[in-house]
Amino acid sequence: MIGSLFRRELTVLLRNRANLVNPLAFMFLGILLFAVASPAQGEGRVLYAPAILWLIVLLTNLLSLDGLFRRDYDNGVLEQIYTSADVPFMVVLVRIIVQWMSTGLVMVLLAPVLGLLLGIDGGDLLIVVMALLLGTPALSFLGAVGASLTVGFSRGGVLLGLLVLPLYLPVLIFGASAIQEQISGAGNTAQLYWLGVISMLSLTIGPLAATAGLKISLQMQ
Amino acid sequence: MGALKEFWHKLGSPRWFFQISSGWVTGFGWAAGLLIATGVVWGLGFAPEDYQQGNSVRIMYVHVPAAMVSQSVYMGMGVAGLVLFVWKMKLADVAIAACLPFGMVLTALALFSGGVWGKPTWGTWWDWDARTVSTLVLLFLFIGIYALREAIEDEEIRGRASALVAMVGTINIPIIKYSVEWWNTLHQSASFTLTEKPAMPPEMYLPLLVMVLGMYCFAGHNILSRMRLEVLRRERRTQWVRTMFTEDNAV
Repeated sequence: MIGSLFRRELTVLLRNRANLVNPLAFMFLGILLFAVASPAQGEGRVLYAPAILWLIVLLTNLLSLDGLFRRDYDNGVLEQIYTSADVPFMVVLVRIIVQWMSTGLVMVLLAPVLGLLLGIDGGDLLIVVMALLLGTPALSFLGAVGASLTVGFSRGGVLLGLLVLPLYLPVLIFGASAIQEQISGAGNTAQLYWLGVISMLSLTIGPLAATAGLKISLQMQ
Repeated sequence: MGALKEFWHKLGSPRWFFQISSGWVTGFGWAAGLLIATGVVWGLGFAPEDYQQGNSVRIMYVHVPAAMVSQSVYMGMGVAGLVLFVWKMKLADVAIAACLPFGMVLTALALFSGGVWGKPTWGTWWDWDARTVSTLVLLFLFIGIYALREAIEDEEIRGRASALVAMVGTINIPIIKYSVEWWNTLHQSASFTLTEKPAMPPEMYLPLLVMVLGMYCFAGHNILSRMRLEVLRRERRTQWVRTMFTEDNAV
């Protein structure tokens, strides 16, 4: 069952390339705007690089979250799933994982490029990849809770941000700190461990709460 | 155990709650009034000045209780959310609705009094200190639930949605607090050692304790009063509410 679910979600994702490409374009645009707006050059820019990188990752994820359940909700697939599937939880979990692959994983793969654009050096790029790999799952899992509750509103975007961004704070702190400490030459294993812990913890809470949240949203129709 | 179970089941009845809570509201009200009056007089009039901060330390007697109770109110909302989700008790939604405005105002008061206190002691109205940040995040967690409740029309759905968010937020609060503290130690901000609460003399500690207890009683009084009003509003069409008011009118 899980295999066919994955196949379905991935097919939908690949057939609709805008979902994959638009967040990336947004991300690069964000970095470009920062580079233009920032007065600092070279060294000074590296100082802000971890913060800007994570901020853009957070916002990009937030943008794509809005569409996490929307299509399935609007065309009734979600309702079918909730009436027919034995375990709607699995469907929601797979949906979230595929959303992570379309944003988080792509960011991880592009992290070296993003880091280079922000002036982070060769060896430190590995940590950027590691931090994003460990941190971004938490964003998708926690964000899914907000997405599941706002899917019933036609304009849920701002509300989604209001609900989800405070929960993103720990990921932002440890993620940015991991890269900062790497650049300044201090140890950063603790931050990476913490990112992993937060991702694991949100894996246990997020999909479960999102399943309950979607059930609530379906009653709204 | 039997009595507790009975109490639990009775809480499911809004009418029973309305009748029994009348006494609680009065009790909490009196306790809050006495404790806060004592604490204010004691703290502002008799407690000693701080040898560094002088009289401005007295802001503590408002600031600390507000900050402590506002966190407890959010935790209480999380517990109410759990009760609503597991036992589908309607009264829990009433409790969430009552906790929200009170908690929001109290968190804002904690931030405001912190700023007023910060000006004479740190020399600035606002600094991104660990506790300031976690209190600000708490305010945003409150605002998020409030905005969600505003957006949903149906009463039952609204309750369940906000209960879910309150639960997830409550689980996350310890992580947020911990991470913010971590962040602050890394940043090596100025040494505001006052927030570490060193050995405070009992002359300062006791009035603070009285104020904290008073603030908790005030929270109980305020939240229960709001809950009673909300119960009346929701049950306005039932027989017992109608007879209660017609009887009152007749007297």
